[in-house]
Amino acid sequence: MSAHVNLERRRQAIYGWLLLSPAAVLLTVFAFYPSIATLWSSLFSRNTRRNPTEFIGTENYADLFADPTFWLVVKNNLFYAGVTIPMSIGIALAMALWANSKISARGFVRTAYFTPTVLPMIAAANLWLFFYTPGLGVLDQIGSVFGLPSVNWLGQPETALWAIIIVTIWKEAGFFMIFYLAALQTIPEDLKEAADIEGTSRWTYTRRIVLPLLMPTTLFIAVNAMINSVKLIDHLFILTKGGPSDASKLILYYIWEMAFAFFDAPHAAAITILVIAVLGIVAAVQFLYLDKRTHYQ
Amino acid sequence: MKSLTKFMDSFGAIILAVIWIAPLLFAFWAATHSTSDAVNLNLFSPWTLDNFRVAWNGAPWLKYFMNTFTLVTVILIGQFILTTLAGFAFAQLQFPGKDYVFILVLMQLFILPEVLIVENYAMVSRLGLFDTILGVGMPYMASAFGIFLMRQAFKGVPIELHEAARIEGCGLLGILWRVYVPLAKPTYLAYALVSVSTHWNNFLWPLIVTNSPETRPLTVGLSIFGAPENGVDISVISAATLMSVAPLLIAFLIFQRQFVQAFLRAGIK
Repeated sequence: MSAHVNLERRRQAIYGWLLLSPAAVLLTVFAFYPSIATLWSSLFSRNTRRNPTEFIGTENYADLFADPTFWLVVKNNLFYAGVTIPMSIGIALAMALWANSKISARGFVRTAYFTPTVLPMIAAANLWLFFYTPGLGVLDQIGSVFGLPSVNWLGQPETALWAIIIVTIWKEAGFFMIFYLAALQTIPEDLKEAADIEGTSRWTYTRRIVLPLLMPTTLFIAVNAMINSVKLIDHLFILTKGGPSDASKLILYYIWEMAFAFFDAPHAAAITILVIAVLGIVAAVQFLYLDKRTHYQ
Repeated sequence: MKSLTKFMDSFGAIILAVIWIAPLLFAFWAATHSTSDAVNLNLFSPWTLDNFRVAWNGAPWLKYFMNTFTLVTVILIGQFILTTLAGFAFAQLQFPGKDYVFILVLMQLFILPEVLIVENYAMVSRLGLFDTILGVGMPYMASAFGIFLMRQAFKGVPIELHEAARIEGCGLLGILWRVYVPLAKPTYLAYALVSVSTHWNNFLWPLIVTNSPETRPLTVGLSIFGAPENGVDISVISAATLMSVAPLLIAFLIFQRQFVQAFLRAGIK
């Protein structure tokens, strides 16, 4: 009897590992090994013609912390996240409330909101070029009707990052709307009926009932938006290339530039490690927070 | 009062919708007019398809389309195979060390492939896959998200079906293929749509790994075509952009409902 159970157990173990192995190999090759290799190479000096690579400990990190460009990029990215996350969540919520209510032209409205989501960011950036180009762009054309001067939206430090942020919000809000729509559809109808009988105003109903029920969805979206604020940089390649004078440079673009334009792999590696560390902390906090929440439910 | 708020709702919703599709509409306008008419928003100017002709002749678009198509297909096939096997192991088999491996897999969710571009580039070169479509696709095949999704789908399969197939003399892989895979069809469809649209749109990684028109996907081709040093004007760029988003956009407009459902399913579970 126990021999049979043992055999079955061993069979399952062998099968389990066999089935896992293809995914495990690829994950190791393209996620775990590169993470460790990145950490390792961040501790070495850059291989130049005169100086061969040597172990320098945390010097690359010290360089970064002393580099004003690095801090500017960090600041840009925090600002980028700080504006795009709440704005795209807020607009997504408004979109979902509208797309879920019984309005005319609901099909058109839903399609219009969601369409940017299916476009490549590169294509989206090309579309927005037509808005931002000084003199020729739509924004300037509209401005000139009101006698406003031409503005080089992408070419001046004050507006370049904002231009990037607006494209990002435009691209993301419709995607987040979908999750809110799904959540809204799970709210029972009788809550609304009860609120109507009580004579509750629509605003109170939304604020006291709908928004609290949407909290888990908001959390989920916020985490997604946070990850995207690191990931979404494709439009930089078309619109600003991080300029002018680094005003719109974001951290992932900086990594790319460091590695593939300046050929400085060790510093790129050090930034990568810092980004992974921050994302790891975010993931851990989220995990602990979610854990606690489910405890109380 | 009630009809007024309803009117205001419709009004606001439609204004926002118009703002949201305005960039696409303007691109359409620019692509179908001569450059000077397009930028002056000259409403009575004649329509033209010239920009599309110029854009089409300006780059090997057909090759780019084929590359993107091959890329998303290769990634999808790889993902289906790897996530099915791993998802099944996590969902239905008991073996020591399983929980630890699962945590490792979930860790990949925050180790974004986008951030590891430098080392992954070195790895792809080492494997001799630089400037190949397989090289672009490989880092995405063992997707943690996909493994998680398939595990959830397989967990929902009643164990009675598993037992019944076993009594019929079916091996483990046979059970997986005949019982679990067919029952997870909706999950596969949802995952496929999310995966295809993600990788159809992906840019940074293909930019790094590809080097020639033979392997370059549409997004990278479009970015090179639109670069200012190529001296193309905004009407031609708009035409090229519309051409390259047309397949996915048309597919989306036709299968809108399924598309949205797929995103819902993939995101919520």
